[in-house]
Amino acid sequence: MLPELGTFLRFQMQRHLQAALRRPSDIVGPLIFFLMVITLFPIGLGPDPKILASLAPGILWVVALLSSLVVSGRLFQADYEDGTLEQLALSPHPLAISAMVEVFCHWLLSGVLLALASPVFAALLSMPSQAIPVLMASLTLGTLCLSLIGAVAASLTVALRRGGVLLSLLSIPLTVPVLIFGTAAVREAALGYDPSSWLALLGALAAGGCVLAPLAIAAGLRISLEA
Amino acid sequence: MYFQTWSAVWQMDGHGPYVWGAYSLTLVVIIVLIAAPLFRSRDLTRAIRNDEGRRALAADASGENHASKT
Amino acid sequence: MWSIVHKMGSPPWFYRFANVAIAWLLPIVFVALVVGSIWGLLIAPPDYRQGNSYRIIFIHVPAAVVALAGYYVMATAGLMSLVWKIKMADTAMRALAPVGAALTFVALVTGSIWGKPTWGAWWVWDARITSMLILFFLYLGVMALSEAFDNKVAAAKACAVLSLVGTVNIPIIYKSVDWWYSLHQPASIKFTGESAIDASMLYPLLLMIVAFYGLFALSVLLRMRAELLITYRQSAWLRSELS
Repeated sequence: MLPELGTFLRFQMQRHLQAALRRPSDIVGPLIFFLMVITLFPIGLGPDPKILASLAPGILWVVALLSSLVVSGRLFQADYEDGTLEQLALSPHPLAISAMVEVFCHWLLSGVLLALASPVFAALLSMPSQAIPVLMASLTLGTLCLSLIGAVAASLTVALRRGGVLLSLLSIPLTVPVLIFGTAAVREAALGYDPSSWLALLGALAAGGCVLAPLAIAAGLRISLEA
Repeated sequence: MYFQTWSAVWQMDGHGPYVWGAYSLTLVVIIVLIAAPLFRSRDLTRAIRNDEGRRALAADASGENHASKT
Repeated sequence: MWSIVHKMGSPPWFYRFANVAIAWLLPIVFVALVVGSIWGLLIAPPDYRQGNSYRIIFIHVPAAVVALAGYYVMATAGLMSLVWKIKMADTAMRALAPVGAALTFVALVTGSIWGKPTWGAWWVWDARITSMLILFFLYLGVMALSEAFDNKVAAAKACAVLSLVGTVNIPIIYKSVDWWYSLHQPASIKFTGESAIDASMLYPLLLMIVAFYGLFALSVLLRMRAELLITYRQSAWLRSELS
């Protein structure tokens, strides 16, 4: 069974990545959204770089969280609508693993890209450049957590008509620890202190999430399929 | 009892509105939490009993018809 | 113990049990709440630092404690529904969510009212109130998810999964909010004195906590009984019970 699983996973990954790359606007769109929302803050708060710099870690992280919520709404949607999800549920390979492949691909094309693009946004908010590596690291780990949380909520709401808002409602309380640890890491780095304990906590959340979330996601998908 | 007069109980050294506001809000919530399902249950049991009574009457009536025929 | 769980899963048995429990709880909870409130409002001495406004503690803390415990009860009911497929557990979950949400709301509002004379503001983002607010959101999420499904069975299962996910997260959320608060807190100020609470205040508080637990159980049982009356109104066992 093991070689079959490997081929199966590789095929799934290819399928998801190809589908996503066929519509580049779906990938670039969230980044533009991020850019535009970041722009709103200096407009709303005033252009004073000192104020923006002190608020930058929080702003960057909150907007990353909102972007993640927006894109999580599309998770599992296509597969649910065209019946692929049912096939995956019936296949001998665990649904949890099939779902995780989709979440992982989704994260690569949303969260990781965001983390890579974040130095630009940090510069817009006058964040001290010494904090930028930590910003990227925290966003990489944090968006993984956010994708997992979004996937759990998406698995429960994919069959619902107006699942989008509900998905946000369900996800946001669960994302609070990620937000707290992420902003703490970036702020500590911006002040010149050591952010490693906060990054370690983010890593722990990501690790725990990778282990436990698949169970909830598979359960949620099965419930949605029979609804 | 700590307070000397009823007026003092109401005033609570200036904190009266806060304390009594909080307690009365809680009282309202408690009443709703208990009264709503309690009355709903009473209405439902009454409705079921009436329905059961009507069915019993209908059963009696058809039973008498059968009896008169035989 | 399993035989009791098994019995509770049977609607007729649970209906009879609920009637008895409600008959006992109504007077007990009423008396406990009245005695506790009078004790806290009139008999206990005022606080050295906060004066009489601290008396709100006798509703704020019990509501908060029961609201948090209630979420775990709801998640346990969810577990029983998912794993052992006990139908009464679904009914329990549907009853638990709004009651828990109502008590969380009471905790939040009384906390806010208490904050005004104590710290001068209607809302202070301290660790415990912020965690309570997130708990409120978690409850609302379960209620919203339940309503969104047309299929009642799927709704119950979805809520079960969601409340289990929430349960795992609650300790993480509480701890992270605690750390968040101490990060932004000027170290000198320490709010509500957790320092040794005097016996004259502790006993009425304990009584009110017990009273609120009873209130919680009473309200949940009342809701469950009402749902049973609706679901089984055509069935023979209920009709014979009532006539």
